Amino acid sequence: MANYKALYQEVILDHNRKPRNYGTLDHPSHHAVGRNPLCGDHISVELNLDRECIACIAFQGESCAICKASASMMTSAVKGKTRADAEILIQEFLAMSTGKLNLDSPNHIGRLAVFAGVCDLPTRVKCAILPWHTLHAAFNSVANVSTEAEKDPMHAPIGNA
Amino acid sequence: MNAVQTALASPSAPVLLASVPGVATTNRTPAMEPFDVERIRADFPILQLQIDGKPLVYLDNAASSQMPQQVIDRLVRYQTTQHANINRAVHYLSETATAEYEAARRKLQRFINAPEEREVIFTSGTTDAINLVMHGYGRKFIKAGDEIILTTLEHHSNIVPWQMLAEETGAVIRVVPINDAGELLIDEYENLFNMRTKLVGVMHVSNALGSINPLKQMIAFAHAHGVRVLVDGAQAVPHLQVDVQDLDCDFYAFSGHKLCGPTGIGVLYGKAALLEKMQPFKGGGDMILSVTFEKTIYNTIPHKFEAGTPPIAAAIGLGAAVDYLSAIGMDAIATHELDLLNYATAQMTRMPGVCIIGTAKNKAAVLSFTIDGVHPHDVGTLLNQEGVALRTGHHCAQPVMRRFKVPATARASFAFYNTLAEVDALIAGIRSVQKVFA
Repeated sequence: MANYKALYQEVILDHNRKPRNYGTLDHPSHHAVGRNPLCGDHISVELNLDRECIACIAFQGESCAICKASASMMTSAVKGKTRADAEILIQEFLAMSTGKLNLDSPNHIGRLAVFAGVCDLPTRVKCAILPWHTLHAAFNSVANVSTEAEKDPMHAPIGNA
Repeated sequence: MNAVQTALASPSAPVLLASVPGVATTNRTPAMEPFDVERIRADFPILQLQIDGKPLVYLDNAASSQMPQQVIDRLVRYQTTQHANINRAVHYLSETATAEYEAARRKLQRFINAPEEREVIFTSGTTDAINLVMHGYGRKFIKAGDEIILTTLEHHSNIVPWQMLAEETGAVIRVVPINDAGELLIDEYENLFNMRTKLVGVMHVSNALGSINPLKQMIAFAHAHGVRVLVDGAQAVPHLQVDVQDLDCDFYAFSGHKLCGPTGIGVLYGKAALLEKMQPFKGGGDMILSVTFEKTIYNTIPHKFEAGTPPIAAAIGLGAAVDYLSAIGMDAIATHELDLLNYATAQMTRMPGVCIIGTAKNKAAVLSFTIDGVHPHDVGTLLNQEGVALRTGHHCAQPVMRRFKVPATARASFAFYNTLAEVDALIAGIRSVQKVFA
């Protein structure tokens, strides 16, 4: 069985305690709210795209440590990246969270590898990936994202992941 | 007398002609007075499990309880020696299965002290039972502008069907508020009544908080105003001796799997006079007397509400489960569970950073709590590491969560087979969660 405590590493606990880029933007060009109806958690992601480059990004919401740390580290990772590069990272993070990414092959995961263990916790995968789905939805200006509902953009294919 | 013997001794059960070599039945009787929790635990094979090398501490009984060997054996005996479709053929197995299914109905009738066995309808569970009342009673008798009183405590299963009805008919839903302890405000409840009030839907015991609602008083008040009352008893029947005649409720719904029985089976009790006036919920076989393409004549109750082949094995298993519980005694069960609740509450109250949600004076063995700075999901995942199984989330009671301004809680819910040592394991687990997040 997975060592659950291994997931609660210091880096995740630190991002949970002191989330980076936490808050809202004055005039976001793109935004979305992601919800997990199973637990009632929700986070909003707001960003400003400057010629396809993420100039600034912020998130806030109510969520567990896994979700909040994932959102915090996501915003840190994609800030300054192009939308296309961010989408690649979204795909890789989703693949990693569901155990489909070979971490030994070339990838852009870097420090986000602390979330690799979540693939052993099926009920917690949704917590880790909610911010990433919400970012993807924000790019596509989908107002509300849910991990459950019908016509759910979360169920729409993201790349090959 | 244990469940198996009871079933065999049932006067309506045909003499068992068939036998299958190698099928053992359990002769253990559940522990009688004095309450012997270790002897009871020996009846539950699943409680011997180890989770990640730690003994399972199962505290998610409000979601689903575990099954004793006596019920498992009854299911095996039914499937190996008694199964056929019921109410149909004249052969031995069909007659046996029909007799056992109806014997199970009588066991459930006695368990809740229903006046007549035809007032006990087998459903797939509490949700199905409430939907039956919505379709059978609500759609026939509740019209535009009529009012349905629900409470803030309700499980989504006693909210959503009525919202669907309100949307369809133009009926109006009124909601009884609760205080900070999680108790219904009875003055406010009484103020909600008017000439348009048609139905009250109220849970007996709150699944999220454990509050036991003052049903007798609420039902008497509703009846004084000519209003029918549907009780969601899913969380009450496993913990309390329920007597539907004493309550005088019009409908009482509950599930088998929270009662040491199988999933896919539940009960709707309804007063015969009401059930007879209601329209069927589902159409199909078994619920008719005659069918032509011009007209169908419905069967009598309870069959009018049991269309299609019912979950026969599950009903018989549930009959064995209530035999098992009755042999221990619901009063003994309630006393033991209250000991567990009081012990856990006293310990948790002393823990800094732990907040109990739901502090009603009258409470069943449900303990919802939050830990400062830790989301309930993280609590659940880390407690699982210690072998402690509890529920985290909104417990299908989002209005309750909103009332207490929490997104979710962790919920320990006790059964009669839990021990004080398991409460200690829970408390130790909470301390280790606090350490991780310190």
